[in-house]
Amino acid sequence: MGKMTLDQINKMYPDVLTEIGNIGAGNATTAIANMLNLRISMSVPHVELMPVEQICCAIGAEDKVVVGIMLGVQHDITGSMMFLMDLPSAHHLVNRLMGRDPDYNEDFDEMDMSAIKEIGNIIAGSYLSALSGLTNMTITPSVPYVAIDMAGAILSVPAIQFGMVGDNALMIKTEMGDDLDISGYYILMPEGDSYQKILRALGLPV
Amino acid sequence: MADLKVCKAPDNLTTIGLGSCIGIALYDPVTKVTGLAHIMLPDSTSIRNNSNIAKFADTGIKKLLDDMLKMGASKSRIRAKIAGGAKMFDIGSSTMNVGDRNAAASRAMLKQLGIPLIAEDCGKNFGRTVELYSANGDFLIKAVGKTPYKI
Repeated sequence: MGKMTLDQINKMYPDVLTEIGNIGAGNATTAIANMLNLRISMSVPHVELMPVEQICCAIGAEDKVVVGIMLGVQHDITGSMMFLMDLPSAHHLVNRLMGRDPDYNEDFDEMDMSAIKEIGNIIAGSYLSALSGLTNMTITPSVPYVAIDMAGAILSVPAIQFGMVGDNALMIKTEMGDDLDISGYYILMPEGDSYQKILRALGLPV
Repeated sequence: MADLKVCKAPDNLTTIGLGSCIGIALYDPVTKVTGLAHIMLPDSTSIRNNSNIAKFADTGIKKLLDDMLKMGASKSRIRAKIAGGAKMFDIGSSTMNVGDRNAAASRAMLKQLGIPLIAEDCGKNFGRTVELYSANGDFLIKAVGKTPYKI
């Protein structure tokens, strides 16, 4: 069978990605709820495939300031992954973690940034364990890197990663609610033939 | 993103949220023909899928120039300014240095086309929004937490 492009794979297997997104988001919700001692429920994750040029506006205005957490992944697959949240969601989580007034929204200080990185670790770990569980692969994340900047600027990173191999980008949107309102976006950027490896591990023809 | 536009006075151009992408501004001070491109990748020839001309520094800048000439700009008068190419995350991987590669490719293409690059604000680790004014070619850069500045 010929080598498939990422675009072709994304179009053929949205269900697989939805499944990974589902389990990953579910793990993340549970982990955060446990960490913060909250009751959180999650909407069904929504997988979106879009032209790379549109990803910069996919989570709101391009100049909306958002928090982006990025991690590299390696071992059985290589690449990177990113989790994004809007500022209110990030403030909610950090305030909760720090035991602060929920409406506090001053700039994040050094301790807050550590908290954000920790949240990033937990969320990344959740998605990766979903992936590992389904594929039986070993996938290890790097330390998390955080950027707080315009959505367009942060999303240029996955746009370029996807743009190098095709015309489309893939993003998973999750909304968590109840005690806390969090809107999050998850993007997996596999490198090389990592995507094919994932699908093969799931028993899908590539 | 991956877009380019030309206009004449009194219209102005802007592109928002340049991360690792580069914004290339071209301006003819006499006819006031103004052009702005937002490119994502350095080189259309190194990638299999190169349908969108505006995605790449090489094809995008060339098209921007062509569109400006069609609008009456004179090549000998056009000057360029560029901004962007930031490293948004401190993650240490070569593929993440695409910002630098985009800046280098933009400079190279401008040089190849014989267009003087008179100002640039590239690199570092923050996103930029740029505004290009047709009245006088002013190139204004805005970033989160910073006072806007012209280059």
